[in-house]
Amino acid sequence: MNALFAVILLAIIVVTFGALLLVVSGMLGPKRQPSPVKDMPYESGLPGQETKDTKVSVKFYLTAILFIIFDIEIVFMYPWAVTYLDSVKAGTGGYLLGAMGIFIALFVIGLIWEIKSKALEWD
Amino acid sequence: MGVDAFEIVINVVKLLVIFLMMIQAVPILVWVERRGSAFIQNRFGPNRVGPLGLLQLLADAVKFLFKEEFLPRKAVRFLYYAAPVMALVPGALALAAIPLGPPIEVSAFELFGQRWGPYVFKLQGYDIGVGIVFILGVSSLGAYGLLMAGWGSASKYSLLGALRASAQMISYELALGLSLVGILLVYGTFNFYEIIAQQQGPLSFSWFGREVVGPWWLPNWGVFYNPVGMILFAASTFAEANRLPFDLPEAEGELVAGFHTEYGGFKMLMFYIGEYGHMIVASSLLAIFYFGGYGIPGLPVEVLEAKIAAGTSLGPTGVSVLTSVVSHLALLVKLGLFLWIFIWVRWTLPRFRYDQLMDLGWKSMLPWALANVVVTAVWLLLANSK
Repeated sequence: MNALFAVILLAIIVVTFGALLLVVSGMLGPKRQPSPVKDMPYESGLPGQETKDTKVSVKFYLTAILFIIFDIEIVFMYPWAVTYLDSVKAGTGGYLLGAMGIFIALFVIGLIWEIKSKALEWD
Repeated sequence: MGVDAFEIVINVVKLLVIFLMMIQAVPILVWVERRGSAFIQNRFGPNRVGPLGLLQLLADAVKFLFKEEFLPRKAVRFLYYAAPVMALVPGALALAAIPLGPPIEVSAFELFGQRWGPYVFKLQGYDIGVGIVFILGVSSLGAYGLLMAGWGSASKYSLLGALRASAQMISYELALGLSLVGILLVYGTFNFYEIIAQQQGPLSFSWFGREVVGPWWLPNWGVFYNPVGMILFAASTFAEANRLPFDLPEAEGELVAGFHTEYGGFKMLMFYIGEYGHMIVASSLLAIFYFGGYGIPGLPVEVLEAKIAAGTSLGPTGVSVLTSVVSHLALLVKLGLFLWIFIWVRWTLPRFRYDQLMDLGWKSMLPWALANVVVTAVWLLLANSK
Protein backbone atom coordinates (compact mmCIF):
# COMPACT_ATOMS: atom_id res chain seq x y z
CA MET A 1 0.00 0.00 0.00
CA ASN A 2 1.20 3.47 -0.83
CA ALA A 3 2.71 5.15 2.24
CA LEU A 4 1.06 8.50 1.51
CA PHE A 5 -2.32 6.81 1.32
CA ALA A 6 -1.67 5.15 4.69
CA VAL A 7 -0.67 8.48 6.25
CA ILE A 8 -3.86 10.16 5.03
CA LEU A 9 -5.90 7.15 6.17
CA LEU A 10 -4.42 7.33 9.67
CA ALA A 11 -5.03 11.09 9.82
CA ILE A 12 -8.68 10.46 8.92
CA ILE A 13 -8.95 7.73 11.57
CA VAL A 14 -7.47 10.01 14.25
CA VAL A 15 -9.63 13.00 13.37
CA THR A 16 -12.75 10.84 13.27
CA PHE A 17 -11.88 9.35 16.65
CA GLY A 18 -11.35 12.79 18.17
CA ALA A 19 -14.52 14.24 16.68
CA LEU A 20 -16.47 11.21 17.86
CA LEU A 21 -15.19 11.69 21.41
CA LEU A 22 -16.25 15.35 21.34
CA VAL A 23 -19.73 14.47 20.07
CA VAL A 24 -20.19 11.61 22.55
CA SER A 25 -19.08 13.66 25.53
CA GLY A 26 -21.34 16.49 24.34
CA MET A 27 -24.33 14.15 24.20
CA LEU A 28 -23.68 12.34 27.48
CA GLY A 29 -22.98 15.43 29.56
CA PRO A 30 -25.69 17.58 31.17
CA LYS A 31 -27.37 20.12 28.93
CA ARG A 32 -25.40 23.28 28.44
CA GLN A 33 -26.67 26.06 30.68
CA PRO A 34 -24.92 29.25 29.63
CA SER A 35 -24.84 32.26 31.88
CA PRO A 36 -22.91 35.51 31.36
CA VAL A 37 -20.68 34.87 34.36
CA LYS A 38 -19.93 31.25 33.49
CA ASP A 39 -19.06 32.02 29.89
CA MET A 40 -16.48 34.65 30.76
CA PRO A 41 -12.89 33.77 29.96
CA TYR A 42 -10.97 32.84 33.10
CA GLU A 43 -9.66 35.76 35.14
CA SER A 44 -8.83 35.03 38.78
CA GLY A 45 -12.09 36.29 40.26
CA LEU A 46 -12.20 39.77 38.70
CA PRO A 47 -14.22 40.70 35.62
CA GLY A 48 -12.08 39.93 32.58
CA GLN A 49 -10.66 43.02 30.94
CA GLU A 50 -8.55 41.84 28.05
CA THR A 51 -9.49 39.34 25.39
CA LYS A 52 -7.72 37.76 22.51
CA ASP A 53 -7.16 41.20 21.00
CA THR A 54 -4.37 41.69 23.53
CA LYS A 55 -1.30 43.13 21.88
CA VAL A 56 1.33 40.52 21.19
CA SER A 57 5.04 41.15 21.67
CA VAL A 58 6.84 41.52 18.36
CA LYS A 59 9.52 39.16 19.71
CA PHE A 60 7.32 36.20 18.87
CA TYR A 61 7.18 37.15 15.19
CA LEU A 62 10.91 37.73 15.16
CA THR A 63 11.53 34.30 16.67
CA ALA A 64 9.34 32.71 14.02
CA ILE A 65 11.20 34.47 11.18
CA LEU A 66 14.60 33.48 12.57
CA PHE A 67 13.36 29.92 13.02
CA ILE A 68 12.42 29.63 9.36
CA ILE A 69 15.86 30.80 8.20
CA PHE A 70 17.81 28.50 10.48
CA ASP A 71 15.50 25.54 10.04
CA ILE A 72 15.92 25.64 6.28
CA GLU A 73 19.68 25.76 6.74
CA ILE A 74 19.49 22.69 8.98
CA VAL A 75 17.31 20.82 6.50
CA PHE A 76 20.03 21.36 3.89
CA MET A 77 22.46 19.51 6.17
CA TYR A 78 20.40 16.30 6.12
CA PRO A 79 21.24 15.14 2.58
CA TRP A 80 24.86 16.01 3.26
CA ALA A 81 24.80 13.98 6.49
CA VAL A 82 23.54 10.78 4.86
CA THR A 83 25.96 10.89 1.93
CA TYR A 84 29.03 11.94 3.92
CA LEU A 85 30.10 8.49 5.17
CA ASP A 86 30.02 6.98 1.68
CA SER A 87 32.19 9.72 0.22
CA VAL A 88 34.61 9.47 3.15
CA LYS A 89 35.04 5.80 2.33
CA ALA A 90 35.38 6.65 -1.36
CA GLY A 91 38.12 9.18 -0.51
CA THR A 92 36.29 12.41 -1.39
CA GLY A 93 35.34 13.22 2.22
CA GLY A 94 37.76 16.14 2.48
CA TYR A 95 36.08 17.98 -0.38
CA LEU A 96 32.61 17.37 1.08
CA LEU A 97 33.73 18.53 4.52
CA GLY A 98 35.26 21.69 3.02
CA ALA A 99 32.10 22.48 1.06
CA MET A 100 29.94 21.98 4.13
CA GLY A 101 32.46 23.98 6.18
CA ILE A 102 31.69 27.09 4.10
CA PHE A 103 27.97 26.54 4.63
CA ILE A 104 28.41 26.00 8.38
CA ALA A 105 30.62 29.11 8.57
CA LEU A 106 27.78 31.14 7.04
CA PHE A 107 25.41 29.55 9.54
CA VAL A 108 27.68 30.51 12.43
CA ILE A 109 28.11 34.07 11.15
CA GLY A 110 24.34 34.37 10.93
CA LEU A 111 23.92 33.06 14.45
CA ILE A 112 26.58 35.41 15.87
CA TRP A 113 25.08 38.38 14.05
CA GLU A 114 21.66 37.50 15.36
CA ILE A 115 22.90 37.22 18.95
CA LYS A 116 24.94 40.44 18.65
CA SER A 117 21.99 42.39 17.26
CA LYS A 118 20.06 41.38 20.40
CA ALA A 119 17.29 39.78 18.37
CA LEU A 120 16.95 37.15 21.06
CA GLU A 121 16.95 39.29 24.20
CA TRP A 122 13.77 38.81 26.20
CA ASP A 123 12.88 41.29 28.88
CA MET B 1 -7.69 -7.77 -6.48
CA GLY B 2 -7.70 -10.29 -3.68
CA VAL B 3 -4.12 -9.40 -2.81
CA ASP B 4 -4.92 -5.67 -2.84
CA ALA B 5 -7.93 -6.09 -0.58
CA PHE B 6 -5.81 -8.20 1.77
CA GLU B 7 -3.08 -5.51 1.81
CA ILE B 8 -5.57 -2.75 2.57
CA VAL B 9 -7.35 -4.66 5.32
CA ILE B 10 -4.13 -5.66 7.05
CA ASN B 11 -2.78 -2.12 6.87
CA VAL B 12 -5.95 -0.56 8.22
CA VAL B 13 -5.91 -3.02 11.13
CA LYS B 14 -2.25 -2.23 11.75
CA LEU B 15 -2.88 1.52 11.77
CA LEU B 16 -5.81 1.09 14.14
CA VAL B 17 -3.79 -1.10 16.49
CA ILE B 18 -0.88 1.38 16.61
CA PHE B 19 -3.23 4.29 17.24
CA LEU B 20 -5.01 2.38 19.99
CA MET B 21 -1.64 1.44 21.49
CA MET B 22 -0.89 5.14 21.85
CA ILE B 23 -4.31 5.92 23.36
CA GLN B 24 -4.02 2.84 25.56
CA ALA B 25 -0.61 3.82 26.92
CA VAL B 26 -1.93 7.12 28.25
CA PRO B 27 -3.93 5.83 31.26
CA ILE B 28 -0.96 3.69 32.28
CA LEU B 29 1.44 6.61 31.93
CA VAL B 30 -0.83 8.95 33.85
CA TRP B 31 -1.04 6.33 36.60
CA VAL B 32 2.75 5.98 36.62
CA GLU B 33 3.09 9.74 36.67
CA ARG B 34 0.72 10.20 39.61
CA ARG B 35 2.04 7.27 41.62
CA GLY B 36 5.62 8.16 40.72
CA SER B 37 5.21 11.77 41.76
CA ALA B 38 3.61 10.60 44.99
CA PHE B 39 6.55 8.26 45.58
CA ILE B 40 9.05 11.07 44.91
CA GLN B 41 7.17 13.50 47.15
CA ASN B 42 6.70 10.91 49.90
CA ARG B 43 2.89 10.64 49.77
CA PHE B 44 0.42 8.00 48.61
CA GLY B 45 -1.11 9.17 45.34
CA PRO B 46 -4.29 7.58 43.95
CA ASN B 47 -4.67 4.22 45.71
CA ARG B 48 -8.43 3.79 46.23
CA VAL B 49 -9.91 2.76 42.87
CA GLY B 50 -8.92 -0.79 41.97
CA PRO B 51 -5.68 -2.54 42.92
CA LEU B 52 -2.92 0.05 43.53
CA GLY B 53 -5.25 2.72 42.15
CA LEU B 54 -4.86 1.32 38.63
CA LEU B 55 -8.50 1.96 37.74
CA GLN B 56 -8.36 5.63 38.76
CA LEU B 57 -7.95 6.81 35.18
CA LEU B 58 -10.88 4.68 34.02
CA ALA B 59 -13.02 6.36 36.64
CA ASP B 60 -11.69 9.75 35.57
CA ALA B 61 -12.42 9.07 31.92
CA VAL B 62 -16.02 8.15 32.72
CA LYS B 63 -16.34 11.31 34.77
CA PHE B 64 -14.87 13.36 31.91
CA LEU B 65 -17.48 11.94 29.54
CA PHE B 66 -20.32 13.21 31.71
CA LYS B 67 -19.05 16.76 32.07
CA GLU B 68 -21.07 19.73 30.84
CA GLU B 69 -20.07 21.16 27.49
CA PHE B 70 -18.48 24.60 27.79
CA LEU B 71 -17.74 27.27 25.21
CA PRO B 72 -16.29 30.57 26.41
CA ARG B 73 -17.85 33.81 25.27
CA LYS B 74 -16.16 35.27 22.16
CA ALA B 75 -14.49 31.91 21.47
CA VAL B 76 -13.92 30.98 17.84
CA ARG B 77 -16.11 27.91 17.79
CA PHE B 78 -14.36 25.92 15.08
CA LEU B 79 -10.83 26.52 16.39
CA TYR B 80 -11.91 25.84 19.96
CA TYR B 81 -13.29 22.40 19.09
CA ALA B 82 -10.72 21.52 16.43
CA ALA B 83 -7.69 22.17 18.68
CA PRO B 84 -7.97 19.08 20.92
CA VAL B 85 -8.56 16.87 17.86
CA MET B 86 -5.54 18.45 16.19
CA ALA B 87 -3.46 17.70 19.30
CA LEU B 88 -3.95 13.96 18.70
CA VAL B 89 -2.71 14.00 15.12
CA PRO B 90 1.09 14.55 15.33
CA GLY B 91 1.75 11.89 17.95
CA ALA B 92 -0.30 9.25 16.15
CA LEU B 93 1.15 9.98 12.70
CA ALA B 94 4.71 9.97 14.00
CA LEU B 95 4.31 6.80 16.06
CA ALA B 96 3.01 4.85 13.06
CA ALA B 97 6.24 5.57 11.15
CA ILE B 98 8.41 4.00 13.87
CA PRO B 99 9.43 0.34 13.53
CA LEU B 100 8.33 -1.47 16.70
CA GLY B 101 10.16 -4.70 15.92
CA PRO B 102 11.94 -6.58 13.14
CA PRO B 103 9.69 -7.51 10.18
CA ILE B 104 7.92 -10.88 10.41
CA GLU B 105 8.61 -13.05 7.40
CA VAL B 106 5.65 -15.30 6.67
CA SER B 107 6.66 -18.10 4.31
CA ALA B 108 4.27 -19.38 1.66
CA PHE B 109 1.45 -21.65 2.85
CA GLU B 110 -1.81 -23.20 1.60
CA LEU B 111 -5.17 -22.15 2.98
CA PHE B 112 -8.72 -22.61 1.62
CA GLY B 113 -7.20 -24.44 -1.35
CA GLN B 114 -5.31 -21.34 -2.39
CA ARG B 115 -1.62 -20.55 -2.24
CA TRP B 116 -0.68 -17.52 -0.18
CA GLY B 117 2.61 -16.08 -1.22
CA PRO B 118 5.47 -15.25 1.10
CA TYR B 119 4.62 -12.05 2.91
CA VAL B 120 6.71 -9.59 4.96
CA PHE B 121 4.73 -8.14 7.83
CA LYS B 122 6.33 -4.99 9.21
CA LEU B 123 5.64 -3.95 12.79
CA GLN B 124 5.16 -0.41 11.56
CA GLY B 125 2.19 1.57 10.28
CA TYR B 126 3.90 2.70 7.11
CA ASP B 127 7.49 2.53 5.94
CA ILE B 128 8.58 5.93 4.68
CA GLY B 129 12.06 5.98 3.19
CA VAL B 130 13.02 9.26 4.85
CA GLY B 131 11.41 8.21 8.16
CA ILE B 132 13.10 10.67 10.49
CA VAL B 133 12.42 13.69 8.27
CA PHE B 134 8.76 12.72 8.15
CA ILE B 135 8.61 12.32 11.93
CA LEU B 136 10.26 15.67 12.58
CA GLY B 137 7.91 17.34 10.13
CA VAL B 138 4.79 15.79 11.57
CA SER B 139 5.76 16.46 15.19
CA SER B 140 6.10 20.15 14.50
CA LEU B 141 2.43 20.17 13.48
CA GLY B 142 1.83 20.09 17.24
CA ALA B 143 2.39 23.84 17.34
CA TYR B 144 -0.80 24.30 15.28
CA GLY B 145 -2.92 22.51 17.86
CA LEU B 146 -1.57 24.73 20.62
CA LEU B 147 -2.04 27.95 18.64
CA MET B 148 -5.57 26.95 17.64
CA ALA B 149 -6.39 26.32 21.30
CA GLY B 150 -4.87 29.62 22.41
CA TRP B 151 -6.51 31.75 19.75
CA GLY B 152 -9.78 29.86 19.72
CA SER B 153 -10.60 30.18 23.41
CA ALA B 154 -10.29 34.00 23.40
CA SER B 155 -8.69 34.20 26.82
CA LYS B 156 -5.49 36.08 27.43
CA TYR B 157 -3.95 33.30 29.47
CA SER B 158 -4.62 30.82 26.69
CA LEU B 159 -3.21 33.13 24.07
CA LEU B 160 -0.05 33.86 26.06
CA GLY B 161 0.44 30.18 26.78
CA ALA B 162 0.00 29.29 23.13
CA LEU B 163 2.41 31.97 21.96
CA ARG B 164 5.01 30.85 24.45
CA ALA B 165 4.48 27.23 23.50
CA SER B 166 4.87 27.80 19.79
CA ALA B 167 7.92 30.05 20.20
CA GLN B 168 9.51 27.45 22.47
CA MET B 169 8.67 24.54 20.18
CA ILE B 170 10.15 26.15 17.09
CA SER B 171 13.25 27.30 18.97
CA TYR B 172 14.04 23.84 20.28
CA GLU B 173 13.23 22.25 16.97
CA LEU B 174 16.47 23.76 15.65
CA ALA B 175 18.55 22.04 18.32
CA LEU B 176 16.51 18.85 17.85
CA GLY B 177 17.06 18.74 14.10
CA LEU B 178 20.72 19.65 14.36
CA SER B 179 21.51 17.14 17.11
CA LEU B 180 20.28 14.36 14.82
CA VAL B 181 22.61 15.44 12.00
CA GLY B 182 25.56 14.22 14.09
CA ILE B 183 24.19 10.71 14.46
CA LEU B 184 23.03 10.58 10.83
CA LEU B 185 26.65 11.27 9.82
CA VAL B 186 27.67 8.14 11.71
CA TYR B 187 25.00 5.90 10.14
CA GLY B 188 24.82 7.43 6.68
CA THR B 189 21.17 6.46 6.14
CA PHE B 190 17.62 7.61 6.90
CA ASN B 191 16.21 4.09 7.01
CA PHE B 192 15.27 3.00 10.54
CA TYR B 193 15.83 -0.70 9.87
CA GLU B 194 19.36 -0.06 8.59
CA ILE B 195 20.10 2.25 11.52
CA ILE B 196 19.04 -0.44 13.98
CA ALA B 197 20.89 -3.16 12.04
CA GLN B 198 24.09 -1.12 12.29
CA GLN B 199 23.75 -1.02 16.08
CA GLN B 200 23.67 -4.81 16.52
CA GLY B 201 26.70 -6.73 17.68
CA PRO B 202 29.65 -5.56 19.78
CA LEU B 203 31.11 -2.06 19.59
CA SER B 204 33.25 -1.89 16.47
CA PHE B 205 34.66 0.99 14.48
CA SER B 206 37.69 1.77 12.37
CA TRP B 207 40.37 3.97 13.87
CA PHE B 208 43.02 5.20 11.42
CA GLY B 209 42.60 2.14 9.27
CA ARG B 210 42.60 -0.28 12.23
CA GLU B 211 39.42 -2.17 13.11
CA VAL B 212 38.64 -1.90 16.83
CA VAL B 213 36.19 -4.42 18.30
CA GLY B 214 34.91 -4.17 21.87
CA PRO B 215 33.89 -6.99 24.24
CA TRP B 216 30.78 -8.98 23.25
CA TRP B 217 28.57 -7.44 25.93
CA LEU B 218 29.21 -3.83 24.88
CA PRO B 219 26.65 -3.08 22.17
CA ASN B 220 27.40 -1.00 19.09
CA TRP B 221 25.00 1.75 20.21
CA GLY B 222 24.86 5.24 18.80
CA VAL B 223 25.25 6.78 22.23
CA PHE B 224 28.92 5.73 22.31
CA TYR B 225 29.59 7.56 19.04
CA ASN B 226 27.60 10.67 19.79
CA PRO B 227 26.99 11.23 23.53
CA VAL B 228 26.67 15.02 23.17
CA GLY B 229 24.08 14.57 20.45
CA MET B 230 22.15 12.18 22.69
CA ILE B 231 22.02 14.69 25.56
CA LEU B 232 20.99 17.54 23.23
CA PHE B 233 18.35 15.40 21.57
CA ALA B 234 16.89 14.26 24.88
CA ALA B 235 16.82 17.80 26.27
CA SER B 236 15.13 19.25 23.21
CA THR B 237 12.49 16.52 23.17
CA PHE B 238 11.57 17.59 26.70
CA ALA B 239 10.99 21.09 25.32
CA GLU B 240 9.11 19.76 22.29
CA ALA B 241 6.75 17.78 24.50
CA ASN B 242 6.26 20.82 26.79
CA ARG B 243 7.41 18.87 29.82
CA LEU B 244 9.13 20.24 32.88
CA PRO B 245 11.67 21.84 33.13
CA PHE B 246 10.42 23.40 29.88
CA ASP B 247 6.68 23.54 30.64
CA LEU B 248 6.46 27.33 30.35
CA PRO B 249 3.34 27.10 28.15
CA GLU B 250 1.35 25.91 31.15
CA ALA B 251 3.31 27.47 33.99
CA GLU B 252 0.48 27.37 36.51
CA GLY B 253 2.02 30.04 38.70
CA GLU B 254 1.88 32.65 35.93
CA LEU B 255 -0.57 31.50 33.30
CA VAL B 256 -3.17 29.44 35.25
CA ALA B 257 -2.94 26.51 32.84
CA GLY B 258 -1.61 28.05 29.63
CA PHE B 259 -3.20 27.12 26.35
CA HIS B 260 -5.75 24.73 27.87
CA THR B 261 -7.06 27.14 30.52
CA GLU B 262 -10.54 27.15 28.99
CA TYR B 263 -10.70 23.43 28.34
CA GLY B 264 -12.27 20.82 30.56
CA GLY B 265 -13.54 17.27 30.45
CA PHE B 266 -12.59 15.12 27.53
CA LYS B 267 -11.18 18.00 25.53
CA MET B 268 -8.46 18.49 28.12
CA LEU B 269 -7.82 14.75 28.25
CA MET B 270 -7.18 14.84 24.49
CA PHE B 271 -4.45 17.42 25.00
CA TYR B 272 -2.90 15.05 27.50
CA ILE B 273 -3.10 12.17 25.04
CA GLY B 274 -1.25 14.37 22.55
CA GLU B 275 1.43 15.22 25.09
CA TYR B 276 2.00 11.62 26.10
CA GLY B 277 1.98 10.59 22.45
CA HIS B 278 4.79 13.07 21.92
CA MET B 279 6.70 11.54 24.82
CA ILE B 280 6.27 8.04 23.44
CA VAL B 281 7.53 9.12 20.01
CA ALA B 282 10.50 10.93 21.57
CA SER B 283 11.40 7.89 23.67
CA SER B 284 11.24 5.56 20.69
CA LEU B 285 13.43 7.88 18.63
CA LEU B 286 15.90 8.01 21.50
CA ALA B 287 15.90 4.21 21.61
CA ILE B 288 16.29 3.83 17.84
CA PHE B 289 19.02 6.39 17.28
CA TYR B 290 21.10 6.00 20.40
CA PHE B 291 20.20 2.75 22.20
CA GLY B 292 19.97 0.07 19.53
CA GLY B 293 16.21 0.18 18.86
CA TYR B 294 14.69 -3.27 19.34
CA GLY B 295 18.06 -5.02 19.73
CA ILE B 296 19.07 -6.70 22.97
CA PRO B 297 22.62 -5.83 24.15
CA GLY B 298 24.96 -8.77 23.61
CA LEU B 299 22.31 -10.62 21.59
CA PRO B 300 21.90 -9.29 18.03
CA VAL B 301 18.63 -9.98 16.24
CA GLU B 302 20.16 -12.61 13.90
CA VAL B 303 21.75 -14.48 16.81
CA LEU B 304 18.45 -14.34 18.68
CA GLU B 305 16.66 -15.77 15.65
CA ALA B 306 19.24 -18.56 15.31
CA LYS B 307 18.93 -19.40 19.02
CA ILE B 308 15.14 -19.51 18.83
CA ALA B 309 15.33 -21.73 15.73
CA ALA B 310 17.74 -24.10 17.49
CA GLY B 311 15.91 -24.14 20.83
CA THR B 312 12.35 -24.70 19.59
CA SER B 313 10.70 -26.88 16.97
CA LEU B 314 8.88 -24.07 15.18
CA GLY B 315 8.79 -23.53 11.43
CA PRO B 316 10.48 -20.50 9.85
CA THR B 317 7.31 -18.40 10.26
CA GLY B 318 7.00 -19.25 13.94
CA VAL B 319 10.66 -18.42 14.55
CA SER B 320 10.22 -15.08 12.82
CA VAL B 321 7.12 -14.27 14.87
CA LEU B 322 8.81 -15.20 18.15
CA THR B 323 11.94 -13.16 17.29
CA SER B 324 9.77 -10.18 16.47
CA VAL B 325 7.82 -10.45 19.71
CA VAL B 326 10.95 -10.78 21.87
CA SER B 327 12.60 -7.83 20.08
CA HIS B 328 9.43 -5.79 20.46
CA LEU B 329 9.48 -6.48 24.20
CA ALA B 330 13.11 -5.29 24.33
CA LEU B 331 12.01 -2.03 22.68
CA LEU B 332 9.15 -1.70 25.17
CA VAL B 333 11.57 -2.09 28.10
CA LYS B 334 13.73 0.72 26.72
CA LEU B 335 10.63 2.85 26.08
CA GLY B 336 9.43 2.31 29.63
CA LEU B 337 12.80 3.35 31.00
CA PHE B 338 12.89 6.57 28.97
CA LEU B 339 9.29 7.41 29.80
CA TRP B 340 10.09 6.94 33.48
CA ILE B 341 13.01 9.36 33.05
CA PHE B 342 10.58 11.88 31.51
CA ILE B 343 8.39 11.57 34.60
CA TRP B 344 11.30 11.50 37.04
CA VAL B 345 12.73 14.74 35.63
CA ARG B 346 9.35 16.45 35.80
CA TRP B 347 9.12 15.91 39.54
CA THR B 348 12.78 16.69 40.24
CA LEU B 349 13.78 19.85 38.37
CA PRO B 350 12.31 23.34 38.81
CA ARG B 351 10.99 25.34 35.86
CA PHE B 352 13.10 27.75 33.80
CA ARG B 353 12.38 31.44 33.42
CA TYR B 354 11.26 32.32 29.90
CA ASP B 355 14.35 34.32 28.85
CA GLN B 356 16.60 31.61 30.30
CA LEU B 357 14.71 29.05 28.27
CA MET B 358 15.14 30.92 25.01
CA ASP B 359 18.79 31.66 25.80
CA LEU B 360 19.43 27.99 26.47
CA GLY B 361 17.84 26.99 23.19
CA TRP B 362 19.42 29.55 20.89
CA LYS B 363 22.69 30.49 22.50
CA SER B 364 23.71 27.25 24.15
CA MET B 365 22.12 24.18 22.61
CA LEU B 366 22.23 25.35 19.00
CA PRO B 367 26.00 26.12 19.04
CA TRP B 368 26.69 22.86 20.91
CA ALA B 369 24.72 20.89 18.35
CA LEU B 370 26.62 22.63 15.56
CA ALA B 371 29.94 21.85 17.23
CA ASN B 372 28.80 18.24 17.59
CA VAL B 373 28.16 18.06 13.84
CA VAL B 374 31.56 19.53 12.96
CA VAL B 375 33.47 17.34 15.44
CA THR B 376 31.67 14.20 14.27
CA ALA B 377 32.39 15.00 10.61
CA VAL B 378 36.09 15.65 11.28
CA TRP B 379 36.36 12.55 13.46
CA LEU B 380 34.76 10.38 10.75
CA LEU B 381 37.20 11.79 8.19
CA LEU B 382 40.22 11.16 10.43
CA ALA B 383 39.13 7.73 11.66
CA ASN B 384 38.43 6.42 8.17
CA SER B 385 41.65 7.76 6.61
CA LYS B 386 44.48 5.34 6.09
